[in-house]
Amino acid sequence: MVAIPSRHKSLVLLAGVIVLQVLMLAVQIKRDSEGRLIRVWTVGAVSPFERASSYGFGWVRNTWRHYFALQNTTRENEQVRHENDALKLQISQLQGKAAEADRLAALLNFRQAHAEVPMIGARVIGTGAGTASLTIQLDRGERDGIRKNMGVITPDGVVGKVVEAYPNASQVLLLTDKESGVGAILADSRIQSPVGGQGEPLLVMKYVPNDDTVNLGERVITSGMDRIFPRDLPVGTIAEIKPGNPFKQIRIKPAANLERLEEVLVLLSLRPLEVKDEGNTGNAHPSTPGAASPPPAVRR
Amino acid sequence: MNDAFEIRSESHIEVHKFRAGAIIIATLLALLVQSSFPIHFAKAAVLDLPLLVTIYFGLSRRNPSTGLLLGMFIGLLQDSLSGPTVPLGLYGIAKTIVGYLASSIGARLDTEHPAARFALTFAFFVAHQGLIVLTRRILLAQPEQWFNVHLFLAALVNALVAVFLFLLLDRLRRN
Repeated sequence: MVAIPSRHKSLVLLAGVIVLQVLMLAVQIKRDSEGRLIRVWTVGAVSPFERASSYGFGWVRNTWRHYFALQNTTRENEQVRHENDALKLQISQLQGKAAEADRLAALLNFRQAHAEVPMIGARVIGTGAGTASLTIQLDRGERDGIRKNMGVITPDGVVGKVVEAYPNASQVLLLTDKESGVGAILADSRIQSPVGGQGEPLLVMKYVPNDDTVNLGERVITSGMDRIFPRDLPVGTIAEIKPGNPFKQIRIKPAANLERLEEVLVLLSLRPLEVKDEGNTGNAHPSTPGAASPPPAVRR
Repeated sequence: MNDAFEIRSESHIEVHKFRAGAIIIATLLALLVQSSFPIHFAKAAVLDLPLLVTIYFGLSRRNPSTGLLLGMFIGLLQDSLSGPTVPLGLYGIAKTIVGYLASSIGARLDTEHPAARFALTFAFFVAHQGLIVLTRRILLAQPEQWFNVHLFLAALVNALVAVFLFLLLDRLRRN
């Protein structure tokens, strides 16, 4: 047997470890679920500490707010903020319903069906442990009914979708991640197009031809075409428009404050949100060249 | 020659030992802070504390085998906590190599001076980012930008934080 000089032993170990991890990467690409066990163990071990630190931090902050700083004003302010959040959601839903009422009765029924989508509140206890993906971790998981691919929102707007559900925790891919996306429609011009992340604070709206008229500040809402989010939830507002080839370069400021999430709502439904009749979509039109089959809004 | 970068023979470089459990606790604490701090301070996401811990213990222990194994361990844990869009091995490979390089350099250079620590952390951050992009492009066929102003600033911030963090971690050494 060939003896390895001691000064080369670490180099051989390095090569071995790298090859092992490359093989592990290859296996994961081939089989999507591979490596789940390691993640379950790690998240299971870390999430109690994350939860404790999240509650600890919240306790310290609340103590400061309620006892050392403006005791009553802060409470009232929080109450008003909660009411404001609830009203924002109500207004958004009412706006959607009013628009639907102007269109067709079938679509109105469809919207009402969405109002029954069960939701569960969850607390954000962690973020992704690196910059390679934009994820957050919730303190609720499979035991609370959360499953992979469920939508996550706040009263302000869409947050993302569940990419992994563990027994007591779940991971959510934020809308701003490069792998993320949502089926969207412009609230005024009714142009449909998927909105996706770029790994930056702003989102991009894809496939809007240069000929279409789009205005700065126009609201972007969910189209329901991704079959994850119900229609008419706020996605964001147009912050930047540039001509491109062949499509406009539209950047959108997310409606939800994705950089400061504390509590979110998980839509507890995996039921596909079917659009029964394409003709019922009023004057909405997909802006993609292949209008009959727009590109999939949510990947992965 | 500058004290910070003075090259010495390997036998003259002191190998630092740490208190029992210090490396494990520091590693887990770095991962915990990394995954929970940005909720309250969004800008903190620019820090890569697991990388800083890998570099520190690599430079201090000065044993390439230990350095690369610690890097692999930290990297794989970070992969596990980063969600399913990050395959196991992405950070693992990058931190394995950084751990190896840090240990090898630590065995040849005196890296106790803050200026040396700043420069080395900056260089390792850039190398780490390069390795991640390389892995994404070659092994995962995912287009990724090599470097931009944001990453340059992130490298500077991490190098600056490293100077103070390393002083803190020096207190874990066994005299």
